[in-house]
Amino acid sequence: MDCSKHNKREGHPAAGQPLDLHAARERLRHTTGKTYWRSLEELSLDPQFTELLHREFPRQASEWPEADAVGRRDFLKLMAASLALGGLSAGCARKPSETIVPYVRTPEGMTLGKALYFATAMPLGASAIGLLVESHEGRPTKIEGNPDHPGSLGATDVFAQAAVLELYDPDRSQVLTHLGDIRAWSSFLAEARVVVEALKSTKGARFRVLTGSVISPTLGDQLQSLLAQFPDARWHQWEPAGSDGAREGARLAFGRYVNTIYRVDKADVIVSLDADFLASGPGGIRYAREFARRRRPDVPGGMNRLYVAEPTPSVTGASADHRLAVRASEVSELAEWIHSQLTSGRLSDTGKNSGSEEKNRWASAVAHDLQKYRGKSLVIAGEHQPAAVHAMAHAINQSLANVGATVLYTEPVEAGPTNQLESLRELTNDMKAGNVELLLILGGNPVYDAPADFQFAELLKNVRTRIHLALFEDETSQLCHWHIPEAHFLESWSDTRAYDGTASVIQPLIAPLYHGKTAHEVLGAFSDQPSRTSYEIVREYWKSRAGGSDFEKPWRKSLHDGVIAGTAFAPLHVAAKVASSSRAIGSAAQARSGGAPWEVVFRPDPAIYDGRFANNGWLQETPKPVTKLTWDNAAIVSPASAQKMGLQQRVAATGGEHGQTLSEVIELDVNGSKVTAAAWILPGQAEATVTLHLGYGRWRPGRVGIQKGFNAYAVRASSGLWSASGAALRKTGARYPLACTQAHYNMESGRNLIRGTTLAEFHKDPKFGDEDAPPKSLSLYKEYQYAGYAWGMAIDLNACIGCNSCVVACQSENNIPVVGKEQVMRGREMHWIRIDRYFEGDIDTPATYFQPVPCMQCENAPCEEVCPVGATVHSAEGLNDMVYNRCIGTRYCSNNCPYKVRRFNFLRFADWETPSLKLLRNPEVTVRSRGVMEKCTYCVQRINAGRMEAEKQNREIRDGEIVTACQASCPTEAIIFGNANDPHSRVAKLKAQPRNYALLADLNTRPRTTYLAAVRNPNPELETPEKR
Amino acid sequence: MSAGLPADQSVGTRRGTPVLEPGYTYGSVTEKISAIVLTRPTTRGWWLGFGVSFLMVMMLFYTISYLIAVGVGIWGINIPVGWGFAIVNFVWWIGIGHAGTLISAILLLLNQKWRTSINRFAEAMTLFAVACAGLFPLLHAGRPWYAYWMFPYPSTMGIWPQFRSPLVWDVFAVSTYFTVSLMFWFVGLIPDFATLRDRATSRARQKTYGMLAMGWRGSARHWHRYQSAYLLLAGLATPLVVSVHTVVSLDFAVAIVPGWHTTIFPPYFVAGAIYSGFAMVLTLAIPLRAIYKLEDFITMRHLENMAKVMLATGLIVGYGYIVEFFMAWYGGNTYEIFLSLNRLAGPYRLFYWALIACNIIAPQFLWFRRVRTSVLALFVMSIIVNIGMWLERFVIVVVSLHRDFMPSAWGMYSPRIWDWTMFAGTIGLFLALLFLFLRFLPVISITEMRELVAGTQSSDKK
Repeated sequence: MDCSKHNKREGHPAAGQPLDLHAARERLRHTTGKTYWRSLEELSLDPQFTELLHREFPRQASEWPEADAVGRRDFLKLMAASLALGGLSAGCARKPSETIVPYVRTPEGMTLGKALYFATAMPLGASAIGLLVESHEGRPTKIEGNPDHPGSLGATDVFAQAAVLELYDPDRSQVLTHLGDIRAWSSFLAEARVVVEALKSTKGARFRVLTGSVISPTLGDQLQSLLAQFPDARWHQWEPAGSDGAREGARLAFGRYVNTIYRVDKADVIVSLDADFLASGPGGIRYAREFARRRRPDVPGGMNRLYVAEPTPSVTGASADHRLAVRASEVSELAEWIHSQLTSGRLSDTGKNSGSEEKNRWASAVAHDLQKYRGKSLVIAGEHQPAAVHAMAHAINQSLANVGATVLYTEPVEAGPTNQLESLRELTNDMKAGNVELLLILGGNPVYDAPADFQFAELLKNVRTRIHLALFEDETSQLCHWHIPEAHFLESWSDTRAYDGTASVIQPLIAPLYHGKTAHEVLGAFSDQPSRTSYEIVREYWKSRAGGSDFEKPWRKSLHDGVIAGTAFAPLHVAAKVASSSRAIGSAAQARSGGAPWEVVFRPDPAIYDGRFANNGWLQETPKPVTKLTWDNAAIVSPASAQKMGLQQRVAATGGEHGQTLSEVIELDVNGSKVTAAAWILPGQAEATVTLHLGYGRWRPGRVGIQKGFNAYAVRASSGLWSASGAALRKTGARYPLACTQAHYNMESGRNLIRGTTLAEFHKDPKFGDEDAPPKSLSLYKEYQYAGYAWGMAIDLNACIGCNSCVVACQSENNIPVVGKEQVMRGREMHWIRIDRYFEGDIDTPATYFQPVPCMQCENAPCEEVCPVGATVHSAEGLNDMVYNRCIGTRYCSNNCPYKVRRFNFLRFADWETPSLKLLRNPEVTVRSRGVMEKCTYCVQRINAGRMEAEKQNREIRDGEIVTACQASCPTEAIIFGNANDPHSRVAKLKAQPRNYALLADLNTRPRTTYLAAVRNPNPELETPEKR
Repeated sequence: MSAGLPADQSVGTRRGTPVLEPGYTYGSVTEKISAIVLTRPTTRGWWLGFGVSFLMVMMLFYTISYLIAVGVGIWGINIPVGWGFAIVNFVWWIGIGHAGTLISAILLLLNQKWRTSINRFAEAMTLFAVACAGLFPLLHAGRPWYAYWMFPYPSTMGIWPQFRSPLVWDVFAVSTYFTVSLMFWFVGLIPDFATLRDRATSRARQKTYGMLAMGWRGSARHWHRYQSAYLLLAGLATPLVVSVHTVVSLDFAVAIVPGWHTTIFPPYFVAGAIYSGFAMVLTLAIPLRAIYKLEDFITMRHLENMAKVMLATGLIVGYGYIVEFFMAWYGGNTYEIFLSLNRLAGPYRLFYWALIACNIIAPQFLWFRRVRTSVLALFVMSIIVNIGMWLERFVIVVVSLHRDFMPSAWGMYSPRIWDWTMFAGTIGLFLALLFLFLRFLPVISITEMRELVAGTQSSDKK
């Protein structure tokens, strides 16, 4: 209606005239708010189209001329006919046919009801981890690490665990669109052909490709051949959480890009200069395992020692023997002190003058320790530290003869390493100058995550044709002409490299749910062979590389193993130029001197990374390792700074410590750009430093991530990508509720929940953690006897780094629902395993401990006694089985559980409607209804599967044959499960260790899950008498 | 003569204030009590009171419908506080439901004449309170439609309830208590039903009361049987008074939660229940006697005696609080000590101190005769004690749960709107039932009051 009025008034061109695109653009420019248009015709108010709109069936409608009144007879005739027809069609109306046909011939290797596992790999940032994906009747349901893959060793991180949810996310983009209009892939190909022809004449002068870090050899090759085809085109890279510092640091030290690999297990002393190497960055999972292997107090070669200097508490810092909270800008200073101590044996003058006593002491102790362990030590610079610190770390490692022993250098893993910030700057400059006509954005979301001062969104409008390939219709898609739904990595053929260069083929577990395309295919559209599938592209790349006559066999083996043999990079022999490293530090120090009191630090979020996982409910609801916040980020400040500013946070009466904390909203002003964020006071944070995690505050993430947290990118400028000085903080007076699952930091005196000691004390008294458990006879009830298996678990607190991998793995394995922020704030999150975090000691420099708490599977289970209907019962193998069907939901069991590991479906938390999420579920595990209690089962479905397998073969279940989901995903092997009745099992041996203790043993619950006490290895030089 | 026991001539006027003001005859007693039901017009006040409470019942029904449709998540409960208002209210109502049977049965057996004029509505109050209480454990279950699984019935699944669980004991205790109380109340009503039948003027009333009177003709045999049955039921009900709240207390005492796991709970709960029960009887009796002009039947003697019972049981409850603290200190258990301190100074400290003020400090005024004989003071006191006993259950349920063994799992509970509508709704139900009772049944036992007439007459002669 509206359109036609406009039509008359504005006097648009009459029917039959060509589309007026200019007018359409003009119209768009003058509209505000959200405008959807169905096609360009509508947009340009083409009268033909308008007519079409108003007459749904134009031809048939003409049968009935409007002007003439219809006669009674005609009317009746028509009505009779339509009724008759209507009756016919109603009688024959069929529901859409749903044929259920069993397999007549089962696909090879498939037994219905039995899961298959396929090897693939997940690329993230600048490295990938190998995976084994569990597939039920063709749908991937659970992700495990690939033990043969060097970057995984069988474990995963949280992102890999949550990848299946991303795959089935109903908010994923599902259609290819051009200006919002649904188009076929073929029409995109046709368009691309036209563009390619046009580009050929200009050698691609105004053609730009923007990617993230490319670690796919095939994609790198494709990009190179594209650049060869269009020599004047440019390839830009931007990874918002990438590490230009590491790349440029290598160039500073060695004059070229190299990849740095650590041999953490060979290092006796590890110094992390703001490096969260255990939990993020390339190789993190492997490093965590290597680190933990040397963390057992009885390990051959002795326990390692970890020093961490960092501005904001990370899981690596929490695992440190000596953690120093320093501002991000002071790390380079520390690096230099350590270096100068090592080379000259004393602190440099700058160090003496500017440093605090604590820092001096720390640096000199570190230097002494490093000196003591020459060739067996390791200095790691943080990904978010500037190039100078990396260069200095390279220099220190070299001077300590660590290179070749604990540090290796190889060719870069990335296909085209470059300074990504400069790369993006170049692109934006070109866009500003109007030099970009065609921009192809392969993945990524630069409109949201480019540095704020680049004004990427604004400049993007200067580009005539914008094509965006992405999993979601996100902020960038909104501003692009073409949006192509991306195939998830579980739907794609591709390849990738691990932290050490080992290549893996990514093979699909399922055909693309929404006809998504890979970057290979989109890039292929601009090549000479536009219709090749990614399978063909990847296969041909590796075929061309193989050279040998027989390609099929090694190809199949690579697919099966998940790694391509012999592709790891050989170590490079490069020498660091110390002088240039020192010079860089000097200039960094100069830039640092003088600045406003506050320093802002940006970090990728431990749960949603750079924002790409913002719509993933599992990750959003995972309590972040140190803060235990869910669903939001926060401006993290130290207690002392908060006191100075008068910032407070208080536990809300609703939910309380296990739910809701009201924090004050502050406004951050970073050199002119502002963002408001909820403040969070965190012990261990460096003074006058405020940390904002990236990835929140997105405005088009999908329905899960919408309006969550605060957008750190709004104040992240190219001059201060990871830390910016000169920030101002202002209280706004507003309050903001944060969903924090554990706001209580203190373990409370007298509660020996986490037992810990130092290595020296441990050697004196190895049984320090052991306390007298009450006699077994104290129970009223008869003791259970176990003739066969008695399942048990041992959790090594020394190994646990609190990375949350087990939490998400459990959620995926056991169909645990996501409840949302509002319910988390009420204290109703559903995780079967939680990771408790306690601080100990001084509030400014606390020691941090993590304790994973699954169900203890008590022998004298308090829950079993009080259930009125016998819905939680003791199994013959000692599990506390939960019978969901029998549960009436009195919650008495949870009240009586001293460990509070039981979770209740207060509302119907499980999603029973969304079709794609039905594919996600593990068919071995019940989806619980509301009103039912649930809890950790020790993955009883896995136990039963293992038992069936063993019984079929008429043998005992072997030790290690059954692995719980949490155990499988654990990078540090902190969780060991097995038959405690078998004295030779790993778990029985761990339980026999002197460090073994039971949680709340004095309650006589006799838990099956026990803990190995934490032992830390402090440097006696840094031990102060008042602080243990 | 009461219930087969020889009438004590002096009981009516012992210690000054009589249990029945002198000057009544059999006829005038019958007339006065039955008139409330039969001839007194339905006043605007009654309609107003009943209307308001009926609206509250509608609110209760709405809440229950919403609760069943959506789930117990509409309340404020969470992990760690799995029980909130529902269980607090359950224990509170059960406690209130104590006074009725105590007055009827135990005081009957102890030959306390003064119970006579208050026993009928105290029993009614018991029934209505237990009905309100019964709603909560049923509806607080996550899947209330399966709550019948708590009953031992020969299930086709071949599964029985888990008899180690105190919740199963609760089912038996509460349902038995309700049944016996109902029987006791009904049997007591039979002669009065007959009186009403005989005096009723409308046909419908005659029929209804006639059926309820079960053919009572007042023959000597009837009286004989009646009194034996009444006495037997009193004997049966007596242990139940003690058992029901003992079992309710075991819900807590059997659990290992600090603050629940104490052996003092059974006696302490029973004392608390009598305390709150008498408070509720006072709360109801004082307006009742004023509105229906029953000051002659429910005399100051009654009110004072009830105040004395309150004082005594209040002191027992106070002793219970002291013993809890003493045991925490004496036992040296970390968690118990923490719990005590958390009650005194934790986030819910205001509730605790309010509880102390209501339950321990306020009743001390009952030592003074002037307070005990002031109707207004007693009414205020009874309200205070009712609030205090509700707070006590809140402190026991919520404050114990919210911080137990693992600080990592500590949380807090705050009620939501549906917690309140459910609570207020049961108060509405209670009042609505009470209004109906006042309108259709004799609030005071006509039969037993007639027995007292003899006592007052004899004392007049003195």
